[in-house]
Amino acid sequence: MSQAQKRILMAKTGLDGHWRGPTIVARALRDAGFEVIMIGMASTDDILSAAVDEDVDLVGLNIGGHIDVAKRAIALVQSTRPDLPIFAGGTIPPHAAKDLEALGVEVYPPGSQLSDIVDAAERLTGRK
Amino acid sequence: MTNDLPSQITALLKRAGEEDRPALARLLSLLERETAAEAIIRRELDSAPENSPFVVGFTGAPGAGKSSLINALLPDACDSGSRVAVLAVDPSSPVSGGALLGDRVRMQGHSQGQNVFIRSMASRGDSGGLTRITETAIRLLAHGGWNHILVETLGIGQVELDIVNLATTVVVVLTPGWGDSFQANKAGLTEVGDVFVINKADKEGLNQTRVDLQDSLALLSTPISPEIAETVATTGQGVSELWQMIHNQTAAMTDAGLINQRRSLRGRKLLEKAMLRHIESQAKDFFTTKEGEALLEDISQGKVTFEEAINHVVTKL
Repeated sequence: MSQAQKRILMAKTGLDGHWRGPTIVARALRDAGFEVIMIGMASTDDILSAAVDEDVDLVGLNIGGHIDVAKRAIALVQSTRPDLPIFAGGTIPPHAAKDLEALGVEVYPPGSQLSDIVDAAERLTGRK
Repeated sequence: MTNDLPSQITALLKRAGEEDRPALARLLSLLERETAAEAIIRRELDSAPENSPFVVGFTGAPGAGKSSLINALLPDACDSGSRVAVLAVDPSSPVSGGALLGDRVRMQGHSQGQNVFIRSMASRGDSGGLTRITETAIRLLAHGGWNHILVETLGIGQVELDIVNLATTVVVVLTPGWGDSFQANKAGLTEVGDVFVINKADKEGLNQTRVDLQDSLALLSTPISPEIAETVATTGQGVSELWQMIHNQTAAMTDAGLINQRRSLRGRKLLEKAMLRHIESQAKDFFTTKEGEALLEDISQGKVTFEEAINHVVTKL
């Protein structure tokens, strides 16, 4: 029998103290039955080692304008675990969102519905 | 995937034994996800040479600073040339089954050193302050070459003390103002610690807490008295001294034969727990059968008493 609780890593890239967004998203994912591993503000190396050691099914990045840091984190994760899906939220300008999407990252800018984010998590982790 | 689970596990164990982190991480996931995985892993590991790691358990109330303390101890733990793994357990929601695992927020900046492996685990309904598979997870980590393992239980109250059955040495984390002498004399926490830490020692109430704790511990009849440390995890105050104290206490307990005594009790405790889980799940299955549902109906109508029902169900298991 399989007890397929899916695991999601939630990290903030760069120096940004805004916790409310990722916390609300993490709560919604928890309430949808996911196991959410929070690491808060993290360096790209910390994001990578957490993604590997925790063997997560999905990475959620909260990006606070530091798009280059986010890109480095994405490149690092994708080079080590190419199969691992990534989605991102936060105050991401439209042109940067396009860049991220080109890297295969789904982007949920401010104003996104929590239900859409939960749906995306279910789809990306293969739960649905 | 489940069909070739044994061969998948064998291959992963080989890689994990060669210090391959992703392989170890995947084994821990299989252990959590696939009910059949635990038995296979234990069978394979039992045939491997015994390498028993040094396991330090950290327990205490929510918010006492267990995660921060472990984070602060990591440099000292690594200094002794060890590879240090952390297993951090947080609660699963009884409502959704989901979990918010936040211990790692306090444990940042160790990725540069390849000598730290941190894994968060959700309790998934287990009531002992750990998870069902913690003991096997410890064996996996030891197999992966992690010879120091720090286990953080979820924030506990008074009776969820399974950590006692798994750890070499148990550290109980308290804070100033944690309770008066009556609290300290209640059963539970104060009976299981080998080392007591009063964390957040810069807060008001330190002296009173130390006195209450000392009074309570003085009445214990254990051959080795527990030690008391004072720390401020966030500044590092007292942290190196705590690590030294944990080592000294473990050495004293080993000399007194306590560690071996504990180890021999462990098998029995774990077997008891595994049996109870097995019986519980069988009983739950029984109540989903036609016969079980009919019995439940009879109970609700008062035709059958609990005692009669229990005697009947036990014969069915």
